[in-house]
Amino acid sequence: MELPVIGNTASPAACASSGCGTPASTEDRLSDAIRAKVQDHPCFSEDAHHYFARMHVAVAPACNIQCNYCNRKYDCANESRPGVVSELLSPDQAIRKVLAVAARIPQMTVLGIAGPGDPLANPARTFETFRQLSARAPDLKLCLSTNGLKLPHYVDEIARHNIDHVTITINCLDPEIGARIYPWIFWNNRRIRGAKGARILIEQQQQGLEMLIARGILVKVNSVLIPGVNDQHLKEVSRAVKAKGAFLHNVMPLIAAAEHGTYYGLSGQASPTPAQLQELQDACAGDMAMMRHCRQCRADAVGLLGEDRGSEFTMDKLDALELSEIDYATARQRRQVVHDEIIAQLAQKRAARHASPALLPALLPAPAGDDHPTLPTASLRSVLIAVAARNGVVGEHFGHAREFLIYEASPDGVRFVGHRKTELYCSGPASCGDGEAAVEAEPQSVLETTIAALAGCEVVLCSKIGFEPWGQLEAAGIMPNSEHALEPIDAAVLAVYREMAASGRLALPAPSRKAA
Amino acid sequence: MALKITSACRNCWACIDVCPQQAIVEASPHFVIKAEQCNECLGVHDDPQCASICPIEAAIVDSLGAYLNPPGSLTGIPLARLIDFGLWHGAD
Ligand code: SF4
Ligand code: SF4
Ligand code: SF4
Repeated sequence: MELPVIGNTASPAACASSGCGTPASTEDRLSDAIRAKVQDHPCFSEDAHHYFARMHVAVAPACNIQCNYCNRKYDCANESRPGVVSELLSPDQAIRKVLAVAARIPQMTVLGIAGPGDPLANPARTFETFRQLSARAPDLKLCLSTNGLKLPHYVDEIARHNIDHVTITINCLDPEIGARIYPWIFWNNRRIRGAKGARILIEQQQQGLEMLIARGILVKVNSVLIPGVNDQHLKEVSRAVKAKGAFLHNVMPLIAAAEHGTYYGLSGQASPTPAQLQELQDACAGDMAMMRHCRQCRADAVGLLGEDRGSEFTMDKLDALELSEIDYATARQRRQVVHDEIIAQLAQKRAARHASPALLPALLPAPAGDDHPTLPTASLRSVLIAVAARNGVVGEHFGHAREFLIYEASPDGVRFVGHRKTELYCSGPASCGDGEAAVEAEPQSVLETTIAALAGCEVVLCSKIGFEPWGQLEAAGIMPNSEHALEPIDAAVLAVYREMAASGRLALPAPSRKAA
Repeated sequence: MALKITSACRNCWACIDVCPQQAIVEASPHFVIKAEQCNECLGVHDDPQCASICPIEAAIVDSLGAYLNPPGSLTGIPLARLIDFGLWHGAD
């Protein structure tokens, strides 16, 4: 098997900034050193998340702060955090589970601890898990997500365990804004409320960020976008964390509904619309690489992003899944082979992207007999195209899609801008109820929900679509298209954009969009 | 003199790790404070540690049964609202 050497392609960073015409995907904009560290990390790499798998183990139940979007009783939709009622593992159980899973999913590259509380509020359980794992599955990357309160305190311990990625949730820099997000923290043996507590949390987060960077540990920053609370402020957060050296800033939408029992849910705090989220991600993207494929996955998630296989690996099934030490050694070798193959594939994809010339000149053949041979591409507007995707191709039936990937096509090429989950935009129990029963009783409202989630998109690509949704999508100004079934996403999006350009639809302003 | 954990407790482990007396034990259906070991943190900390980190209102009571964190005191969600949404069930 022949493997291309990673990291010997021309510097993508230079390429992107010199405007060679190729849109740079997130990790193309990163420095080579960082890219080498993240290229097989499913959560950080737009490319890798289609191929590599990650796993979280829920060994950290306790928390040391309160967030207004969290209710410790139930699964937290905002952070990677199932509720404390979910399956909690002891460090020993966690190790058994990780080894069994990694033996069965050879794409596994990352093991994270994200909750259900705060890993650093559970230092003994968290670090014991990391310690055993570095000994028994040293090929897995370790990572940790934290609210940051105890980061300065544990930064040396983190460095000792060879954890190369840390995610800090930073929602603000201003204690007054913080007081509207964090009602209290536990600090120096006391509960400290309001802006005073928020100030301490913010200081610790910022100091922790600096200390991690100083030790060469990659830092990603997550922010929850809370309309009317920190929306505009997040631009400042983005600038500040970048200046300190965070390599990614991930803005996630607040998920608030009364039935979550959170302060925000019960006080009627609005979640951002897809358009608000994208506006903010765009505003921050100028500042630094953004991670738009983040799925806000649960602290016990297993598998590829977007397809959770956690239920296959619950503790009660674990006895049957456990293998011998010899099998684990074989499994590790197999992982190595699978990883190398995927990395080689990814490198080829990246190389192809950089080799391909500017996309649009070739994209717009001049109509015969036209006096103006080439359309001035600069005058073409950009278009948002939603894709019901599976495994990197236009592979999902419209009605089965739980989420859509959103791409922006423009004269500069095709750019992934985010994903929208259909369930997230339901307008409450009246329209989406509790699962299957309601879906059957009111198929109509599920479709409406999906259409609302696609606000702003002009086309939706899918492998198949029924007659009725077709009509309703069209009526909502979103053109369904199943002609590109099973084609690679980038190519399909580009083809559709090219058709739209050729038919003259792009010289016109966008049809008035239904408010999201 | 000892504090007590009520049925409102969600077994989140936060109190166990901060108790200077190792007075709290994991138990079912909820965690318990061993009365003979708890000294309410007197002489060690200004505030009882378990009640200072516990995120769940009404989960910890004193020897008179009074909540150390009454409903609404941690989340800011008014009691009436909790009742409206069926989220307040009291505690034993
Ligand atoms: S840090 Fe995480 S677990 Fe703790 S209160 Fe906030 S959202 Fe909940
Ligand atoms: S009051 Fe203090 S000693 Fe008693 S259980 Fe709580 S933390 Fe432990
Ligand atoms: S901190 Fe409160 S909710 Fe958590 S285990 Fe202790 S008493 Fe129960």
